[in-house]
Amino acid sequence: MTEHLHLLHILHELQQKHRYISEKSICEVAAQLSLPVSQVRAVVAFYAFFYSTPCGHYHILFSNCTSCGYRAGGTDLLRLLSQKLSVNIGQTRKDEQVSIDETSCIGMCDHGPSLLINGVPLVHLDAEKIEQMATLIEADKPLNGWPPAWFHVKDHIYKRGLLLDSSLSAGDGLRATLTRGREGTLTEIIQSKLRGRGGAGFSTGLKWRLCQQAAGEAHYVVCNADEGEPGTFKDRMLLQQHADALCEGMTICAYVIGAYQGFIYLRGEYRYLLPHLQATLMHRRKLGLLGTAILGQTEFDFDIDIVVGAGAYICGEESALIESLEGKPGIPRSRPPFPVAHGYLGQPTVVNNVETLIAATHIACKGSAWFTALGTPASTGSKLLSISGDCAAPGIYEYPFGITIQQILDECGAVNVQAVQVGGPAGTLLDQTAFNRQLAFEDVGTGGSFMIFNQERDILTIIHQFAAFFAHESCGFCTPCRVGTILLKQGLDKIMIGQGARNDMAELQRVSELVRRYSHCGLGHTAANPILDGLQYFSQAFEQRLTPYDFTARFKLDAALQEARQLTRHDGKEAHLEQGQD
Amino acid sequence: MVTEPESKFIRIDDQEIPFVHGQTIMDATLAAGVYIPHLCHFPGITPQGNCKLCTVEVDGKPLAACTSPAAAGQRIRNNTPELNESRKALTQMLFIEGNHICPSCEKTGNCPLQAMAYHLGMLHGHFPAQFPVREVDASHPTIMLDRDRCILCSLCVRASREVDGKNVFAIAGRGTHASLIVNTANGKLVDSDIEPSDLAARICPVGAILIKEHGYDAPIGKRIFDQHKINEIGLEKIYIAGAKSDDS
Repeated sequence: MTEHLHLLHILHELQQKHRYISEKSICEVAAQLSLPVSQVRAVVAFYAFFYSTPCGHYHILFSNCTSCGYRAGGTDLLRLLSQKLSVNIGQTRKDEQVSIDETSCIGMCDHGPSLLINGVPLVHLDAEKIEQMATLIEADKPLNGWPPAWFHVKDHIYKRGLLLDSSLSAGDGLRATLTRGREGTLTEIIQSKLRGRGGAGFSTGLKWRLCQQAAGEAHYVVCNADEGEPGTFKDRMLLQQHADALCEGMTICAYVIGAYQGFIYLRGEYRYLLPHLQATLMHRRKLGLLGTAILGQTEFDFDIDIVVGAGAYICGEESALIESLEGKPGIPRSRPPFPVAHGYLGQPTVVNNVETLIAATHIACKGSAWFTALGTPASTGSKLLSISGDCAAPGIYEYPFGITIQQILDECGAVNVQAVQVGGPAGTLLDQTAFNRQLAFEDVGTGGSFMIFNQERDILTIIHQFAAFFAHESCGFCTPCRVGTILLKQGLDKIMIGQGARNDMAELQRVSELVRRYSHCGLGHTAANPILDGLQYFSQAFEQRLTPYDFTARFKLDAALQEARQLTRHDGKEAHLEQGQD
Repeated sequence: MVTEPESKFIRIDDQEIPFVHGQTIMDATLAAGVYIPHLCHFPGITPQGNCKLCTVEVDGKPLAACTSPAAAGQRIRNNTPELNESRKALTQMLFIEGNHICPSCEKTGNCPLQAMAYHLGMLHGHFPAQFPVREVDASHPTIMLDRDRCILCSLCVRASREVDGKNVFAIAGRGTHASLIVNTANGKLVDSDIEPSDLAARICPVGAILIKEHGYDAPIGKRIFDQHKINEIGLEKIYIAGAKSDDS
């Protein structure tokens, strides 16, 4: 029921139908759902996949990730396609046939340069494919007539560990849970020392306990399937191959905390997984694993709805995710109160990551000792990694916590490595001196993204891409993040174009620290990490681009005169400044 | 662990001040006559914590004073050179993000943002001006909406909902594209039920919402911040009363 009435779903349908959401539609939807028109307008303006002017019949969004982005193949595929189709980037072609733009990482980092076309991922792009795409679009060939292989998203699993090695049948975890009882199951989860796999690493058992104890009219379980950290794609595989274990983890949690309703919040980029997930839910209802009197237990009723996001990295933050579930822009709440006490609709809510819930199912089934046998004392069990970038075998690897960076690099076939970005842009940028460090909450923590950059890469370009990502994804709620992320991007712009002076590095440091310290939520707290790490470990990458002057303008004066030269049709040598002859 | 209600104190910059359960750090300090710089907070309206000027260090951790509950034994640093320097940088960010025309703005002298800049010793914008293109809404007969100066503090949004009971405003959009919008079908202020006497129309700490036909009523020297400093507690009543205030 809620799936169809959810504001995001109604807006998505309108977007599909009309290729944009008109002011008229906004007013109609507001009336239909009895919402203020300003709320609907705010939601449309907040999410990247909603548009206020028409997109093309073929709406193409290239990922701009460093791993699955349009520059990852060495050629600027975004510009190539825009030239082939004579369409300006970010604008719809006059005949409304096509529109092309870029979007944040779409989670296809093990599939080379990738894009979303009308919401569907198209992978392994190269110049030849771009050429063929242009022809198909000009011929108005529908997507179902395009080569099916182009859309084939294969799960590359190279190393299976604790979770991926063991198989469970639907219901195994639940049956064990019912045998053990509420408190017994919770004790098992607590004893397993399972910590949230999203990156923050809060104790899962404690979260469940706090929610169970919180007073409320209803309790909720929410699965955070919004992995949006560039370089992360392990949830994509888990949702595809382990949806049963995920739903089971949610049901076990529901049993423990006393919830009747759960939600899977699926990132908009993974909308193509929706039919599969819906089928899983249907199947589980048929098996008596969802719905009323689960496994014959009276008073054990629980069901799951899926809410699909619409392109907003910030919705991976749990309180922003809850706001989005409630049909609002994804703006993180002030805490306290925390979601365990005051979450969805103000009620106690557990928000857990996909991998966490699947681990909980396995622990419920096999016990805590099975789980704690691996990992380190402070980081038990295993961690799924999404490995991408410069290595022979990008894909999913499952390792026990405690493994070193170097061991991972060796196993995935990474040579000549300059840097590794662990945990995505919000994580840690490591240089060679840190490759002996361990992957663990107490050393190098991660939500799963593991991006490898070899010596050929320009590290400053990568840091610049990350800065652009955060500036694009800041929700805009607080001053330091809203303005600061823009200033950081502009500061790097200046150095990138060779206009940076030494004081610009100091300024980057100063603004970075301000953004990190004063921002409202995790996005702002981590947005400057790549810059701060870069300044510390890769300072030469900055320095080699600096001008010898103490202060410089933010633009190249000669380049700024180009428009005037065009207008006056006066482009001889004498119309150029000496410094800008190139 | 029995604590008597009257024995609850927080310590801010070496001054011990009392608080009662449910108060934020901002509530407690304002009640005790201690000033923490702020722009998006207004007594009696639900705090949001988006300007971040009121960030203090609570046991070493930066927290927004307006949204953080006071708790017994907290040791808080507020009026320190480091915090004030950061507040100045945040104020500079607010200035360069919009289009501020202090010398000719009719809010000049009555503008808390401007007064805050003076208070923190801000002498220039420092950061590169962003020159955003923002829409002006002059459709309403008595109230003007000039988004150029909007600092997205959401005071008008909250005041309209919580005090006026009208829900005239909202913030839409993401990141630097965030903007103040009006809750009417065509998005224009003229179709809303806002009135000049509404708190939402008077609470704006900058010149984004202006009552028409009252610009420059008070001459220089008679404007609010000619006679008051922003760190005086309880100034809100004066600037709600409007620019005409020439009392002290």
